[in-house]
Amino acid sequence: MKRRSFVAKSSLGSLAVLLGVEVVYKELIPKDYRLLALQDTDPFKLFNKDEGMVVLNDKPWNIEAQAHLLDDRVTPNKSIFVRNNGLIPEEIDVENWSLTIDGESVKKKKTYSLTELKSKFKHHTYQLTLECGGNGRSEFDPPAKGNQWTIGAVYCATWTGVRLRDVLEDVGIKDDAVYFGYHAADIHLSRDPTKEPISRGAPMSKALQDETILAFKMNGEDIPLAHGYPLRIIAGGWPASVSGKWLQRISIRNIVHDGTKMTGTAYRVPCKPVAPGEKVADEEMCIIESMPVKSLITYPKSGATLSKGKKLNIRGHAWAGELEVTKMEYSIDFGSTWQSCRVEKPANRLAWQHFSAEVSFPQEGYYEVWAKATDANGVSQPMLLPGWNPKGYLNNACHRIAVKIT
Amino acid sequence: MKKQNNDKLKHGFQNLYQKIILASVVIALGAIVLVYFIVDPNLSIFKSDNPQTEIVTLPIEDDDFNKIENGIHVRTGFIEAPGMTETIQNCTNCHSSKLVIQNRMNDERWKSTIKWMQETQNLWDLGENEDVIINYLVTNYPPKKVGRRAVLTDIDWYQLEE
Repeated sequence: MKRRSFVAKSSLGSLAVLLGVEVVYKELIPKDYRLLALQDTDPFKLFNKDEGMVVLNDKPWNIEAQAHLLDDRVTPNKSIFVRNNGLIPEEIDVENWSLTIDGESVKKKKTYSLTELKSKFKHHTYQLTLECGGNGRSEFDPPAKGNQWTIGAVYCATWTGVRLRDVLEDVGIKDDAVYFGYHAADIHLSRDPTKEPISRGAPMSKALQDETILAFKMNGEDIPLAHGYPLRIIAGGWPASVSGKWLQRISIRNIVHDGTKMTGTAYRVPCKPVAPGEKVADEEMCIIESMPVKSLITYPKSGATLSKGKKLNIRGHAWAGELEVTKMEYSIDFGSTWQSCRVEKPANRLAWQHFSAEVSFPQEGYYEVWAKATDANGVSQPMLLPGWNPKGYLNNACHRIAVKIT
Repeated sequence: MKKQNNDKLKHGFQNLYQKIILASVVIALGAIVLVYFIVDPNLSIFKSDNPQTEIVTLPIEDDDFNKIENGIHVRTGFIEAPGMTETIQNCTNCHSSKLVIQNRMNDERWKSTIKWMQETQNLWDLGENEDVIINYLVTNYPPKKVGRRAVLTDIDWYQLEE
């Protein structure tokens, strides 16, 4: 079924202009009539998102969650952040959707239909944490350019697909392969068809991991349009921009992939630490790989007031890019003392881990509960902002919530 | 007496005149109805399922389009100040005004952002408007000092029931 054919069944204008999906009965629309979508742009209905999500940008669409909306162990679509560099594809022809594997380092270019991809290779399902490289950008001083994400550009959903490694083995890869780069169906903001909004990738070592999959299902269902329907590469633990949506082609490169947003300052941080506000030359910027250790208190919502003597049960999730979280602590005295939390093992590698603790407060007053995760290498979250960088990536400072005891 | 007769006569004429006008109007209306019946014997114009129903055109509200409320341009959210129009015209074609408003940069960084957009995003040469736009942005959206970790603000206090 073509994605647009179901549009006819939903309300006429709702998806039309915003999603860029074709307006099915457009010849019947009276002249000068303004489509509903133009009168009321409700992204929450459009993308089935919780009303508590925050729209940072409506062209292109960028929407983030709030900590308390991420309380589920596996994040449902309604709380998943939306990050777009370009415009969502206007027409998805799923029957004729194909994936081509090409590039300097394939023995022979090969194309698979979506059906072929699903039937030929074994399916795997993993919970995988995806976090935007710029999550937390809003806290940098001097401010960094881009969408001002606070804490909500992270989630962990269940993805089902085939391993990229299995597909690459079927294609045949040369020994000189160093990197993969994806190409997708999204549209450049300028609508210039010769430009790609984003085309990123990762080294072959990441491509060949068990958990790097070409996914066609999220949380057991077709991937929602805003999240890459009908095919998306998922590379958990790395900046979510490596997990290309609306996937059409993967190039196996004999150089570091040089697609859009791979070069310059995009998704890069200074190779050596710099002072806040310092100018950094492009060649001094290094590509972000694994994301740093981080955690979120997802319950209770910040602002809880409870009576003296009552204990507070807190819970949340912790993740550490390629690594596992080995220790989880909380503090109610601004880091003077830390108490340990229970932390569960991940459902699988690269899935976020759940923590919980029972917190007591010594007397009435204002408190902040701070959470701090430590990864398998003994590296913890900083309480202050980590090293400043020109584009404001990798802010993994401790999350905190406000609590009042009365 | 003569005056009375004259008045009577005058009144009679006026009466006749009114009747003639009334008759003319009735005849004219009748004629219109007749002509209409000849043209449209099914009276289709009065039927609700008629596809030829005239579309009432709602004017695109020019007022709303450029409406300013409390110093804010309602459609884009921009602060009303010199340079706003140039900013709207040049900076909201490809992306939303929300992307501009949420960023805080000095003139040097705006300049390099504009250059980047021209090199990679098909932004045109802004000419004299470049300085006008940059001036508008640095004046109305200056960087705020937040330090190494800001105080928690906008806390929505609620009673937690467990």
